Amino acid sequence: MAIEVRIPTILRTFTGGAKSVEGSGDTLDALIADLNSRHAGLRDRLVDDSGLRRFVNVYLNDEDVRFLGGLSAPVKDGDTVTVLPAVAGGMR
Amino acid sequence: MRYDSLLDAIGGTPLVGLPHLSPGPEARLWAKLEDRNPTGSVKDRAALWMVLAAEKDGLLRPGCTILEPTSGNTGISLAMIASLRGYKVVCVMPENTSAERTQLLQMYGASIVYSPAAGGSNEAVRVAKQMAAENPSWVMLYQYGNEANARAHYETTGPEILADLPEITHFVAGLGTTGTLMGTGRYLREHVPDVQIVAAEPRYGELVYGLRNMDEGFVPELYDDTVLSSRFSVSAADALRRTRELVSCEGIFAGISAGCVVHAGLALAHRAQEAGERADIVVLVADGGWKYLSTGAYSGTLAEAEARLEGELWA
Repeated sequence: MAIEVRIPTILRTFTGGAKSVEGSGDTLDALIADLNSRHAGLRDRLVDDSGLRRFVNVYLNDEDVRFLGGLSAPVKDGDTVTVLPAVAGGMR
Repeated sequence: MRYDSLLDAIGGTPLVGLPHLSPGPEARLWAKLEDRNPTGSVKDRAALWMVLAAEKDGLLRPGCTILEPTSGNTGISLAMIASLRGYKVVCVMPENTSAERTQLLQMYGASIVYSPAAGGSNEAVRVAKQMAAENPSWVMLYQYGNEANARAHYETTGPEILADLPEITHFVAGLGTTGTLMGTGRYLREHVPDVQIVAAEPRYGELVYGLRNMDEGFVPELYDDTVLSSRFSVSAADALRRTRELVSCEGIFAGISAGCVVHAGLALAHRAQEAGERADIVVLVADGGWKYLSTGAYSGTLAEAEARLEGELWA
């Protein structure tokens, strides 16, 4: 089972510089735990006691997971997960 | 249609069907054309309401200086309104935004302070907050946290949409300050059961997300995610493709953020079709394409245009 997880520049210290890594799990929470087993410390940058960290956005197939169940969001083989820091964006 | 002056002509924009892009007669997209505002963008609404609220609260008096972190549209709106109402404007803007923005701001009499490209608008917000602290007589309206921004949409954009399309099923807009979605979303949810409020967010190149640490992130103070039903991340490639389709299929020359909302709108339309449900989806077209011509978004191949937008704050 393979789920591609895209990692933002700022977290690539945990993945040895890799832009994307693969993992498995039935839920986002399980997937993150799986990644953490190979990239120690990554989970702590994404999750705190109340769930996903405030300035972390996670997209499952380009949709914000906070609207798909958050950490309980179901994930499956072939999905793409993208992690990005929250930014003010542009052109306002 | 007749107005006493330009400020009275803000809002009241047309809702235009997209019969060629819409997947079918039961899954329709409707574009609310906000380029039909005095300075050419949806921001005229928020800027006017923020200025009027500040005047009412006694924060703004003639001769005051307004300070704002803005990559363009809000600054342009504020500059126009300020010039008519007797204020000065200082805009803080990342240095990697299109040339037309600088030209327009200066034409309306605004001063610009550039913040570094890396770190994008987060940095502009930080610099502006610092300048506001150093210049206490300046007034920072702060579009990212000013309730009058969202209120403008609750009072104008939402009611206009409901009047034109009472059968609306989805509202899609870009997510920036979040004012449009919060205000319009709240209004529509109060009046239309089960309406879906959907955010379309641009996904930029890596440079824009170049923070020193994750705690340097930024979430607009206006943002209340309970107002949204879902939030899509849209790549420059998809946004560009849809922006060009808007021109070629519907004759609508829109800014690149319109490509974001159309891309999300089309995904919603197809989902509804597959579920056998009717969809009448309003997509908010925030501005015209004029300010983006120099980015090459409308010429050359899509791949060339996408490469040119890498590292840019394209929407």
